[in-house]
Amino acid sequence: MTEVRTYRRPMSIWWWTKKRSYFVFVMRELSSIFVAWFVVFLLLLVRAVGRGGAAYDDFLDWAASPGIVVLNFIAMGFLLLHTVTWFNLTPQAMAVRVHGRPVPPAVVIASQYVGLVVVSAFVYWLVTR
Amino acid sequence: MSDSLVRAAHDVLIVGGGGAGLRAAIAIAETNPQLDVAVISKVYPMRSHTVSAEGGAAGVIAADDTLDEHIYDTISGSDWLGDQDAIEAFAHEAPRELLQLEHWGCPWSRQPDGHIAVRAFGGMKKMRTWFAADKTGFHMLHTLFQTSLKYNEVTRYDEVFVTRLLVDDGRVHGAVAVGLMTGKIQAVTGKAVILCTGGCGKVFPFTTNANINTGDGMSLAYRAGAPLKDMEFVQYHPTGLPFTGILITEATRAEGGWLLNKDGYRYLQDYDLGKPSPTPELRSMELGPRDRLSQAFVHEVEKGRTSDSPWGPVVHLDLRHLGEQVIDTRLPFVRELCLKYERIDPVHELIPVRPVVHYMMGGVHTDIDGATPVAGLYAAGETACVSINGANRLGSNSLPELLVFGARAGRAAAEYASAARAAPAVIEAQAADEVRRLERDVMGREPGTERISTIRDDMQATMEEAAGIYRTGPAMAKGADALAELQQRLLKAGVADTSRSFNTELTAALELANMLDIGECILRSGLEREESRGAHQRLDFPDRDDRRFLIHHLVHRNPDETPRVAPLPVTITRWPPGERIYGR
Amino acid sequence: MPDSIRLEVTRYRPDTDSEPQRQEYDVPLRKEWTVLDGLNHVKNEVDTTLSFRWSCRMGICGSCGMNVDGEPKLTCATFLTDYAPGPVRVEPLANFPVVRDLVVDLFDFMERLPRVKPWIIRDDDVTEVDGEYLQTPEELDAYKQFSMCINCMLCYSACPVYGLDPTFIGPAAIALAERYDLDSRDHGARERLDVLIEHEGVWGCTFVGECTRVCPKHVDPAGAIQRYKLKAAKESVKAFLLPRGTR
Repeated sequence: MTEVRTYRRPMSIWWWTKKRSYFVFVMRELSSIFVAWFVVFLLLLVRAVGRGGAAYDDFLDWAASPGIVVLNFIAMGFLLLHTVTWFNLTPQAMAVRVHGRPVPPAVVIASQYVGLVVVSAFVYWLVTR
Repeated sequence: MSDSLVRAAHDVLIVGGGGAGLRAAIAIAETNPQLDVAVISKVYPMRSHTVSAEGGAAGVIAADDTLDEHIYDTISGSDWLGDQDAIEAFAHEAPRELLQLEHWGCPWSRQPDGHIAVRAFGGMKKMRTWFAADKTGFHMLHTLFQTSLKYNEVTRYDEVFVTRLLVDDGRVHGAVAVGLMTGKIQAVTGKAVILCTGGCGKVFPFTTNANINTGDGMSLAYRAGAPLKDMEFVQYHPTGLPFTGILITEATRAEGGWLLNKDGYRYLQDYDLGKPSPTPELRSMELGPRDRLSQAFVHEVEKGRTSDSPWGPVVHLDLRHLGEQVIDTRLPFVRELCLKYERIDPVHELIPVRPVVHYMMGGVHTDIDGATPVAGLYAAGETACVSINGANRLGSNSLPELLVFGARAGRAAAEYASAARAAPAVIEAQAADEVRRLERDVMGREPGTERISTIRDDMQATMEEAAGIYRTGPAMAKGADALAELQQRLLKAGVADTSRSFNTELTAALELANMLDIGECILRSGLEREESRGAHQRLDFPDRDDRRFLIHHLVHRNPDETPRVAPLPVTITRWPPGERIYGR
Repeated sequence: MPDSIRLEVTRYRPDTDSEPQRQEYDVPLRKEWTVLDGLNHVKNEVDTTLSFRWSCRMGICGSCGMNVDGEPKLTCATFLTDYAPGPVRVEPLANFPVVRDLVVDLFDFMERLPRVKPWIIRDDDVTEVDGEYLQTPEELDAYKQFSMCINCMLCYSACPVYGLDPTFIGPAAIALAERYDLDSRDHGARERLDVLIEHEGVWGCTFVGECTRVCPKHVDPAGAIQRYKLKAAKESVKAFLLPRGTR
C-alpha cells in the first residue's frame, strides 16, 4: 500500500437513504421478501383447497382479515416495483440478438410486458371460464 | 520502504508513460526480457496527452498508395526541413507499427469487408490515415497501456515527477524524482534513459494541449547537456474551439467539412490552396497543411472577414451538409465536444473555430534511433525532434511517429543498456545536490510577493505576442528579454504549500521553470532563423531562404545557462528542395 | 444570474489534519466555466495550496473525477451554472481513501486491472505481423461501447458494493474484461472468467446499476457484469451436466 496516511471515510449504515437511486435499489432488493410471501400465500391457498370446502372457507376468512389485506396490499406494491424494476433491467443483463442484429432495449422491455399481459389473460380466462 | 537516496536501480528508465513511452517499454520487454524496465510518469499512463489525439494515424496500406508518396507528402509538408532518411524510415515502419497495434486490440474503424479503413487528411495526397472514429489517440493509448500490463518486467512509477537527469562524464545514469503521493525526493537509476514526456503547448496561453504538457523532458535534456532542435517551429492547428482551445479534429475537414468566413465564403480559395469543390479533394482547400490554413486565418482577420466572439475573432467550420449519420459514425466525439462546451449541435449549426497552439515540431535532438548526443540518453515522440516534421507536421503523422520512434528508441536503449555498466558512486552526490536544491531553493523559499500563476500568465502572454503565427525579429527579441525577467521573478516566487503529499504548487513551480527554458529556446532559435518556412513565418523575412537556412537549429545551453544556437545540415536523399504546391 | 458562486471544498492535509474539513471559496460564475475552472481560479488566485488532479479539460483523460453535490462527476464537464445559485459541494470521489484534498488513492484499481487480463489473448501464437485480423464493422460494434472506458473511477465512486467491500474488483475492470471477451480477435474469455467467478468478481455485484448511470462515456459496466454472471452461470451448469470432453 502507499505510505501516506490516507483517510478512509466511514460508510454510514444509512447510506441507502442518501440518494433516491440507492433507496429504490434497496426497496427492489426488499421486494424479494414480498415475492416470497406471495409464494407462501399461494401454497397456503393450495393446501386449503386440497383439504376441502371448510378449510377453503377458513382460508378465505383469514385472507379477508384486515391484517392480511393490508399486508397483501403492501406486498402487491412491492411486487409491482419488483416487476417494473427487473423488466427495466433485463436489456442490460441480456444482449438479445435476433438474426445477428441486436434488439433495441425498448423492444425487449415491451415484449416482457406483452408476455405478462398474455399470461395474465390466460390465467384470468382459466379462473373465470 | 527505506528513505535511502536511491530508490531503485533499473536497466532502462523511461520518463513519460504516453504513447511513445509505453511503446518503448514494450519494445524493450520484447527485445530483451532480461532487462529491467521502468516507466516513470507524472500522471497515470492513461491520463497522458496521447489520449486527446482525435483524427488518426498515417500509414500506407491502400492498394493505390505508395511509400514514396507518403514520404514526399511529409517532406513537402515539412517545407523541406525534415530529414529525408528519417522520413523514409518512418514511412516504411509506420504501417507495420499500426498493424502491430491492431494485433494488440486497437479498435480501428473498418471497411464492410473487415479490412482497415483509411480516411483523407491534410496535406496527404492519398487516403492513408487509419482511425478509430475520432478517438484514435484515446484508443491507441489505452491499447498500449493495457498491453503493457502483460509484461511483468515493466515496473511503473505512476505520479512521480522527474526533476533532474543524473549525468556523469557525458553518460546518463538515471534521474531524481519527487513521488507526488509521498513527497519523497529520490534517485532512480537507469543505464539508459528515454525521454517521452510529450509536448510543451502550455508555454502558450491558448492551446489544445493538456495541463501536463509543460515540456519537462525537453528541459531535462537541455539542462543535462543535450541540445534542442528546431524549437522555433510551433504548430497552430487551424480549428480549435474558442475559450477552451479544445481541438476539433482535422478529420472533420477530411470527411468534407468547410471553413467559412463571416460571409459564408470558403476563404481558403483566396490563399493559393485550390478551388472549392463540393466533395473534399486531397491536398487542396480544407485539406491543405495546417501552417497554411492558420496563416490564411490571420489574413482573413486583417481583411475584416472574420466574426467576433467574446474570445477574439473566429471563422466557422461547417459540417451540416455531412448529415447526422456521417457525423455520428465518423465524428461522434466532435459532436459530443461541441454540444458540451459550445452548446451547439454541428448537425444543424456552424462551429466557431480559431487557430490554436497544437504541436511542437522541435524537441530534443536525436538521431534516427532516438539517441541524443548524451550517451545513454534517448528521446521519442513529441519531446524529440528526429526530425520527420521539419517546419510543419502533417496531421496524422504524430501518432505513427510515436510508435515508430518509440519502438526504435526502445530497441536502441535496450542494446545500449545491455552493454552499459551500473551507475558510478558519484551519482549519489548529484542526487543529494538535487534534493538540497528542491528542499532549500524551491520548497524552502519564503512565499514572496510573486505568484507562480501570475508569472505563468505573463510568460504565456509574452510567447503569444512574440511567437505567434507571424513573427518579427524585434518582437522575438523583446519577448526573450521579458522571459529573462520572468526567470528572475520566478526566483522570488515561494511555494506557500508546505505539505509533502501531493504538493501541486511545487510541481507547478518546477513546470514553470521548465517552460521558461523552452520559451527562451523557441525565441532564440526563432531570432536566428531569418526566413519564413513552414510554421515559422517572419514579417521581416517573408521568403524561404534555402541558401542560408536549409539547416536545423540546435540550441545548446552554455555554462552560464544562456542558450547558444548552432546550425546542423538537413539530410536530403532523393527529394531536392522544391515549391510546396497545394490545390493545383 | 448572480456573478459569483460558492464552492464548499473538502480539504485534507495528511501531515496536519486528522480528518477532512470543509473550506469555502467564492468564485466567479460564468456561463462557460466548469467546476474545474472554478477550482483552478481558486488555485491560481485565492489559495495556491488546494490540490486536485486534472489534465485534458475535455473529458477524455479521466483525471478530474470528484463528487459534486454528492454525485460523481468529471469536473471538466460539469458546469457551474447548472448549480447556480449554489453553494456547490466539491468532495473527493466517494469510496476511495483520500490522499490529500480532492485527490484519492487509486492503488486498488491499478493493482487489480492486470488481473482481468485486459489484452488480446490468442490461441495461435502469431508473433510476425503480416496482415490485419479481419473485423467487420458489426464485430467492432459488439465490443465498442465497452472500449470507451476512460478509467475515471466515477463508477467505483457510485458503487455501494465497492464502498462496503473494497475487495470487489469493480465495474470498470469487469467492463474491460467484457470488452476483450467480445472482441472477435480475442480467445481469452475462459481465462478471464476464471478470475471473475472468484469471490471478489462478478458475484459481488448486486446490480445497483449506479455505475452505468454515472458513466460519462456510456460504457454500461452494470450490463457487462450481468452478462458475465449469465456466462458464469452457463459455464457452471455445463460443468455440472456435461462430461469433461464435450464442454
